[in-house]
Amino acid sequence: MKKIYSVLVENRSGVLCKVAGLFSRRCFNIDSLAVGETDDRAVSCMTIVSSGDERTLEQIEKQLNKKIDIIKIKTFDEAQSISRELMLIKVKYNKGNRRDIMEICEIMKAEIVDMSKSQLMIQICDVPERTALLITMLQSISIVEVARTGTLALPKCDA
Amino acid sequence: MNGADAIIRCLEAEGVKLVFGYPGVAICPFYNSILHSSIRSILIRTEQNAAHAASGLARVSGRPGVCAVTSGPGATNLLTGIATAFADSIPLICITGQVNSGLLGSDVFQEADITGAAESFVKYSYLVRDANEIPRIMKEAFHIANTGRKGPVLIDVPIDVQNAPVEDFSYPEEVNLRTYKPTVKGHAVQIKKVIAELERAKRPIICAGGGVLLSGAGKELREFAEKYRIPVVSTMMGIGVMPTEHPMYFGMVGNNGKPYANRAMNESDMLIMAGARVADRAVSQPDLITENKVLVHIDVDPAEIGKNVGPTIPLVGDLRHIFKDFEKQEFACEHEAWVKTLCEYRENMQPVRNPNPAYVDPAAFLRRLSEKMEEDAVYVADVGQNQIWSCGYHIVKKGRFLTSGGMGTMGYSIPAAMGAKLGAPDKQVVAVCGDGAFQMSMMELATMRQHDVAVKIVVLKNGYLGMVREYQHYTYQDRYSVVDLSGSPDLEKLAAAYGLPFIRLTAMEGAEEALDRFLGEKGSVLMECVIDPMDLVK
Repeated sequence: MKKIYSVLVENRSGVLCKVAGLFSRRCFNIDSLAVGETDDRAVSCMTIVSSGDERTLEQIEKQLNKKIDIIKIKTFDEAQSISRELMLIKVKYNKGNRRDIMEICEIMKAEIVDMSKSQLMIQICDVPERTALLITMLQSISIVEVARTGTLALPKCDA
Repeated sequence: MNGADAIIRCLEAEGVKLVFGYPGVAICPFYNSILHSSIRSILIRTEQNAAHAASGLARVSGRPGVCAVTSGPGATNLLTGIATAFADSIPLICITGQVNSGLLGSDVFQEADITGAAESFVKYSYLVRDANEIPRIMKEAFHIANTGRKGPVLIDVPIDVQNAPVEDFSYPEEVNLRTYKPTVKGHAVQIKKVIAELERAKRPIICAGGGVLLSGAGKELREFAEKYRIPVVSTMMGIGVMPTEHPMYFGMVGNNGKPYANRAMNESDMLIMAGARVADRAVSQPDLITENKVLVHIDVDPAEIGKNVGPTIPLVGDLRHIFKDFEKQEFACEHEAWVKTLCEYRENMQPVRNPNPAYVDPAAFLRRLSEKMEEDAVYVADVGQNQIWSCGYHIVKKGRFLTSGGMGTMGYSIPAAMGAKLGAPDKQVVAVCGDGAFQMSMMELATMRQHDVAVKIVVLKNGYLGMVREYQHYTYQDRYSVVDLSGSPDLEKLAAAYGLPFIRLTAMEGAEEALDRFLGEKGSVLMECVIDPMDLVK
């Protein structure tokens, strides 16, 4: 089972370490983790995607709640939320495959954001499954490097 | 006023009378300020024992114990003591000196990232960066340590912060922590559900854990059990919730507990776990205790509920409040036949020992010791065979039984007993340990002498790390590996070296007079009981 935890924390040094340490110490999985400030600079939002059985997923929430630097935790399934991941992916190209790459980008609604004589940088912002799909599609074309934000998610409006 | 003065002022405001510790350069401003305060400092002989002593004090006083040590090795030595307190939810305030703020992270002399190292053993930790924050931090630390599920709080203070000026010192009246509000009152609906199940139950039982003592709910639980005739068993940490010889008490559960206690728990149709974690030593197969019974799990820490076992009725809150709320419910329940059955089990399933007459029988000796001890005495058991014998044969009357249950830290008894004695000077305090654990903290005999702390120490001497030897006996068919304690000191000479009276008992004959002498001593005394090296707890 997969679960998304949207965790509001005090924006202090060491908090990320405490949260990550909790996951490793108790053998909880982190499938992805994204951190950033919220509209309130004193508060950061961590979006953690984890998987496990029901008891584990419940323990994750309870153990997170014990951490004094954590303000609030919202948990939701993928179905109840809008989730996005931003990915930058750099590929090598040549005359022969440039069209193919552009076609893939078009189909995937990805954007070319930078280029040189031999490399292209592509940006995609989509659900995690589709960013993964783009990697698969580009694998045959020689990927140079990839950077991903990890999943960001919020519960659907009025949910 | 500087940061160190501010820390001391905060400790005074919290009513702290004693600090256990060991100075070093990085904590010297603190130890300079303490000189002109009302607080007495106790120089412990190794930092780990500062935390244990603070733990002993906290457990008898109900207030956080305070220890203060230096940076680097001072702080890392404290870690085992912090982890021990954390495992048993004992409130501590641990103050560590730290290198100059500007040098943090540069691996200078005696720098250790102690807040990082201690993260998984503390309830919370602070690295103080601004001396003006000290009053708020100290107030929060005491609040966090001693509310909700109690535990150690670490405050790491760089030396320059201790020396920095503090303007307009005032100790806050209240804490303002938006992220920390432990649930105290139990949910009314859940309480009603528990009562409804109790009315239906034919074979109810309460299993009391250490949480009952931590919340001060012993009296409430006892009265509830008496009024409704509900049998009570306990975990190791719950020993003392009920007087050992109380008619409604049916012993300690678990793999080292009483057979009739385990049988009672297994045969019950309703089990109320009160302030107990359902950890492996108390309940080896947690899934089994949910079979054929209603399981109520009461704990102040919601994360404990459902961690090891999924209860029928979860109930979050402070046990004292919850048992008071139970008391207010009007209901009737009837299960005299069940109580009678348990009384029969208790009578017929007493473990039988065949002690070797050539030695002191630890079971008979410890029982006699507890019978002769004062009613409200504090008994501190160490870890190992001595602990299991203590759990099995010590009789708690109105006193306390302290031990390191969660972490099982050897060497706990002597420093914890010192802390307990300093926290409750009018009480008789006895520490019981084996010759292994004794050698882990015998340096504290000097602390006892220096500060005139009257702790009575029994060493059960078998020349082995007995518990491990017993494990190797059963698991490795007597292939003993690294458990022989040859080379141990002559305890009589050691006692003389520390200027302590000494008593040696080699067999049960003479135990009466020896015990009278032992308990009659005004100050500290060391007693060696020679027990059969091959004796087993099982």
